[in-house]
Amino acid sequence: MSDIILSVKDLQVNYGGIEAVKGISFDVPAGQIVTLIGANGAGKSTTLKSVVGLVKPKSGSITFNGEELVGKETTSIVSKGITLVPEGRRVFADLTVLENIKIGAYLRKDDLKDDIAWVYDLFPRLKEREWQLAGTLSGGEQQMLAVARALMSRPKVIMMDEPSLGLAPLIVKGIFDIIKEINKQGVTVLLIEQNANMALKIADYAYVLETGRITLSGTGAELLSNDEVKKAYLGK
Amino acid sequence: MINKYSVRKESIVGIALLLILLAVMTVIDFFLPSYHIAVMVIKKASVYALVAVSMNLLNGFTGLFSLGQAGFMLLGAYTYAIFSIPVAKRAGVYQYFDGGWIQFSIPEFFSEFLGETIGLNMGIILTLILGGLVAAFFAYLIGLPVLRLKSDYLAIATLGFAEILRAFFQWPNLGPLTNGSNLLKSYPDFKSATGYVVLIGIFIAMIVLLVNSTYGRAFKAIRDDEIAAEAMGINLAKHKRLAFIISSFFAGIGGGMLAMYMGTLQALSFKSTMTYEILLVVVMGGIGSITGSVITSFMYIASMEWLLRGLDSGTFLGIHAPGVFKNGFRMAVVSLIIMVVVLFFSKGIMGDREFSVKGIVKFFDRLFGKKTPKNAGGDGNV
Repeated sequence: MSDIILSVKDLQVNYGGIEAVKGISFDVPAGQIVTLIGANGAGKSTTLKSVVGLVKPKSGSITFNGEELVGKETTSIVSKGITLVPEGRRVFADLTVLENIKIGAYLRKDDLKDDIAWVYDLFPRLKEREWQLAGTLSGGEQQMLAVARALMSRPKVIMMDEPSLGLAPLIVKGIFDIIKEINKQGVTVLLIEQNANMALKIADYAYVLETGRITLSGTGAELLSNDEVKKAYLGK
Repeated sequence: MINKYSVRKESIVGIALLLILLAVMTVIDFFLPSYHIAVMVIKKASVYALVAVSMNLLNGFTGLFSLGQAGFMLLGAYTYAIFSIPVAKRAGVYQYFDGGWIQFSIPEFFSEFLGETIGLNMGIILTLILGGLVAAFFAYLIGLPVLRLKSDYLAIATLGFAEILRAFFQWPNLGPLTNGSNLLKSYPDFKSATGYVVLIGIFIAMIVLLVNSTYGRAFKAIRDDEIAAEAMGINLAKHKRLAFIISSFFAGIGGGMLAMYMGTLQALSFKSTMTYEILLVVVMGGIGSITGSVITSFMYIASMEWLLRGLDSGTFLGIHAPGVFKNGFRMAVVSLIIMVVVLFFSKGIMGDREFSVKGIVKFFDRLFGKKTPKNAGGDGNV
């Protein structure tokens, strides 16, 4: 296995007295697609938010290339090369597509021209809609924009929180193709999904999260054929 | 797809418009006496435009609903007056406080060795900026606790701050500085309305540049979605504080210029009603539209101070009806107009669009049947 780029150890997170994450550990090897699957309330989103510092963990450690992230500000974590595509897309509705993309590169001071060309190359649809307000885009296009925006910070690790949420199956397939493409270009992907079938198909490695604990792990193919997973998440 | 020809055309039209504006201002200043109502309206409306744009920067572009504008204007106004009253006149102004603590005047200091015209005007501008800095400093202090609050709570806290400040400035123990509840007067003013328009034009241009910069984009991102903005690495606390400080800086300058316009200054003028008036201008112009704020300021001040005056004094539009057109009728009509505007333009006159030179050029091209090269997408301008 390749080097571990992101490592979470015994992470515990409390939300106003409720234990959302009860001590989970997992590793993300560089250059791979890792997925966390689980039902609503399993603690998936909370885990991702803790990684970028949007939520402060109660205990445990999160290391990025060996450097501790717990206790750091979001700004400094993002500038190290980790970025989050938040759940529900959260594009800036009253700004144009281009402005949204530029905000993604907020922490960079260098020239953006090449990177804008790169994300337009990944998502030609966004180039067509460059001057349109993000709020007027369709759900699928907004998801593309959210991913493009995140890529503008030139991340080493991109974390995606349910990119398939509320999208038609055909659009979801397009999004997953893009995820594979981004990964092929060298970006490590940490994906959380309820759409276990799609996620496991593209994942190199996967963890199953249940009520704040990891209950199963294995390669994507292993979990796809696992009976428990089949019963609980794949509806077979 | 930048068309070099059209960019050059736009800058020519833009410069031409500016020159026309300057020429009109010079003509007005030359032919009309300085107490003429048109001159007064231009002065007051340009001050309101600056304060409205500064409020829009906070409320419209950063999404922070603050009602402290009158407080920051008060700080700017007092700073301006205190540091610019000529030394010889201080004994008269501060007659109950032995001439006051401060015994120098910044504009006087500059006019001594730079001459009466350049030095005095430079001194006035520097003192106005000092007023802005004082307002900005207080914004920094008050921002530390207050900016943690959201929406209505922030509005209440900033409103309270402005009211406390007004009371504080009337405190007799501060008399040697603020003259207590007595008037401050005899401070210098620009000789012409052109001075107001040019200076405020420059300040508003600075705000426009800020809004279109990376910082401006970050402000708008915070307004649209705080969580997403934070996830992009934008430091929320820092940017909110920055917007608050910059907005207060310009409100402070606006306050100083309002003091200049009024000629005499007392804390009582800076009531919360003034904040509401400015909020009204911002909302009617369109939250998030700088040109909307500017246009509405001029329309609002012109109708309040000039065009609708007749409604209070007996004769309006040539109709003489002292029975109907008497004191208070003007406010009733204004309220009606506001209701109509709000009903038919629910997002304000300009919405969040801007009036731009590009838009004007396009409009005239269309008017004269010239075909403009078609862009792939629209550009959101009028």
